[in-house]
Amino acid sequence: MQPIICIHGILSLLKQTMSDDHQTVDFLGAYCPLPLTHSEQIVIGHGSGGRLTHDLIQRVFATHLNNPLLDQGDDGVVLPAIEPESEIVVSTDSHVISPIFFPGGDIGKLAVCGTVNDIAVMGARPLYLTAGFILEEGLQVEVLEYVVSSMAKAAEEAGVAIVAGDTKVVERGKGDGIFINTSGIGVRPRALQISGRNARVGDQIILSGPLGEHGVAVLQARGDLGFLSDLQSDVAPLNHLIAEALEAGVRGQENAIHAMRDPTRGGLATTLNEIARQSNVGIIIYEAAIPIQETVISVCEMLGFDPLYMANEGKCVFFVDPASTDRVMKAIQANKYGAQAAVIGQVVAEHPQKVLLKTTMGSTRLVDILSGELLPRIC
Amino acid sequence: MDTKLRYGFRDARLVQAKIRQIQKLVTRPWAIMEICGGQTHAIKKFGLDQLLPPEIEFIHGPGCPVCVTSLELVDKALQIASLPNVIFTSYGDMLRVPGSKGDLFSVKANGGDVRVVYSPLDSLKIAQENPQKEVVFFAIGFETTAPANAMSVLQAEAMGIGNFSLLVSHVCVPPAMRAILGSPSNRVQGFLAAGHVCTVMGYWEYLPIAQEYRVPIVVTGFEPLDILEGVYRVVRQLEGGMHEVENAYSRLVTYEGNQAAQKVINQVFEVCDRKWRGIGMIPKSGWKLRDAYRKFDAEHRFDTQAIETQESPLCIAGLVLQGLKKPYECSAFGILCTPQNPLGATMVSSEGACAAYYLYSRNLESPETNHV
Repeated sequence: MQPIICIHGILSLLKQTMSDDHQTVDFLGAYCPLPLTHSEQIVIGHGSGGRLTHDLIQRVFATHLNNPLLDQGDDGVVLPAIEPESEIVVSTDSHVISPIFFPGGDIGKLAVCGTVNDIAVMGARPLYLTAGFILEEGLQVEVLEYVVSSMAKAAEEAGVAIVAGDTKVVERGKGDGIFINTSGIGVRPRALQISGRNARVGDQIILSGPLGEHGVAVLQARGDLGFLSDLQSDVAPLNHLIAEALEAGVRGQENAIHAMRDPTRGGLATTLNEIARQSNVGIIIYEAAIPIQETVISVCEMLGFDPLYMANEGKCVFFVDPASTDRVMKAIQANKYGAQAAVIGQVVAEHPQKVLLKTTMGSTRLVDILSGELLPRIC
Repeated sequence: MDTKLRYGFRDARLVQAKIRQIQKLVTRPWAIMEICGGQTHAIKKFGLDQLLPPEIEFIHGPGCPVCVTSLELVDKALQIASLPNVIFTSYGDMLRVPGSKGDLFSVKANGGDVRVVYSPLDSLKIAQENPQKEVVFFAIGFETTAPANAMSVLQAEAMGIGNFSLLVSHVCVPPAMRAILGSPSNRVQGFLAAGHVCTVMGYWEYLPIAQEYRVPIVVTGFEPLDILEGVYRVVRQLEGGMHEVENAYSRLVTYEGNQAAQKVINQVFEVCDRKWRGIGMIPKSGWKLRDAYRKFDAEHRFDTQAIETQESPLCIAGLVLQGLKKPYECSAFGILCTPQNPLGATMVSSEGACAAYYLYSRNLESPETNHV
């Protein structure tokens, strides 16, 4: 870095010269103390829009996320026109997870996968993401860099480009390290009718893999459970798996997949209830058929949680015409994120807007949506 | 699913076999009270009441610590938690319990430092890390949670931690059983005693109750097969005209219980009269800190103002806790009173009877669902 000549430096030099008029001053040249580069920690200036912001963009965002669209450098990004027979799907999601890092992922991977999956379950092919960062003063730049590189990796796997971004800095204590909002754009064929409103009586319900891994992994990462396991969050981009399932589901003009949703916060129970209500149908699921890892069951039993309500970040529920279930299932299971997929239930005409669970014992119980926060039990 | 759980204590065939045994045994209606809210939830969650013969009626007991913590104490908790220099720590379940005005969640939203912990020892750690703050733990619960709470006091004393205190609301099972059995409106004919309470206390306390009130008491666990075994033994006694104390949870419970835990409890706590929410004052039914440990008593440390309590006029939690009404017999159930907007504590807790009915069997009227 070159020393910067500034007015302040020249003035202070002059002042010194004038007050010491009986002494000779060795003229060292105009100087001023260099501003700190603050390359290690986020300071308020990183959100000012000035030099520090620029440095941060160059060092962190441009390095990891570069693509011709992001590199346009204007206030907005100009995207190519969308094919005429397509519709545009837009989704947005804010990520405030604590801790930032957890087994199996981090807030960056989560922020990309969350929006990619929301677009994919609409039957769309996600193309572009934007990312808004709210950073807390004091955050290590190294941490940010790791998070952004992890976003880049997830975006690469999903095949999406991050084409616009924004960074703001809040004072220490007014954030939680890092918050990320991502918005995404995807396209889907105009003919494709996939919605939570379209589940039909007779549909088979496929769950793409075991439940609760993200929820339990994050609980563990918070460190207040007092025990650890090797469990990892399932956070993953599901757009390829979903595209393959959709391809297997094509039947002439129609698709055998009528609805899809990713059971994130609120878990499978909440997702199924949402669809039962939106489509005005009843849902029956079978306890014995629902894949759940032993570790997840044990942790939930200990804390008084139900895996049906634990969050997932790499799972999808499919509502599929029974005639095509086998074909769709094969496609899902062929993908690495769907190897443990299972048919867990079906859509029925009885008890509309309610989800019932057949226990392994043969009794039936209601599965309600999650009310409020998951609270651990006392004894 | 976990092999131990699914094929062990939840094995469908063993469950069916035990049900058939009970069916063969039963000749007339019996009203059985499961003491513990954890058992109530297991019964509803696994649908055991649907599988059992119609002669067996479960009356849901008061064994939900969150539900019976008196409104005065909840209001005191809200007051203390609102103080500027206090970190108020609690088991998660307590945060949603409605006081006269608001709950701990609303105190938190208004800037109070309220934190969920999994153990009183976590609170002690918070106290160590925040020496300039007063850290209070909401010590609620039956005999089950008492040893850990007593231990936190002993550790605080040993470590010289002066900024830690307990807001104590301990309750004990045997006096509540006596209160229920002694009530003129009592319908309970046999008890499933709470397995985890007995893990700590043993079951020697129940012998005089069984004799005095001529009522069978079976120490029972929490898995489906545990509960059915408890029901089977109670029914066997009832049909045979017996009134003994039996232990159907012998893999954890002994006659004497956990002596070390009892010693710690006795060292720190002494018996006191205690007000139960929805039931009223039950003499000698609680524990409070002994005088020697008074400095760890939050009620003593914080000058809580006179509290005027106000229960919802609609809530029948008291009748539910005494087994006199079923949750669905309440006019507010599922309409004005839901887990999102609870009028009483029985709708909040993961052990509350109203919450169990709401979560697992609300409007389960469709008979064909049993044939799917």
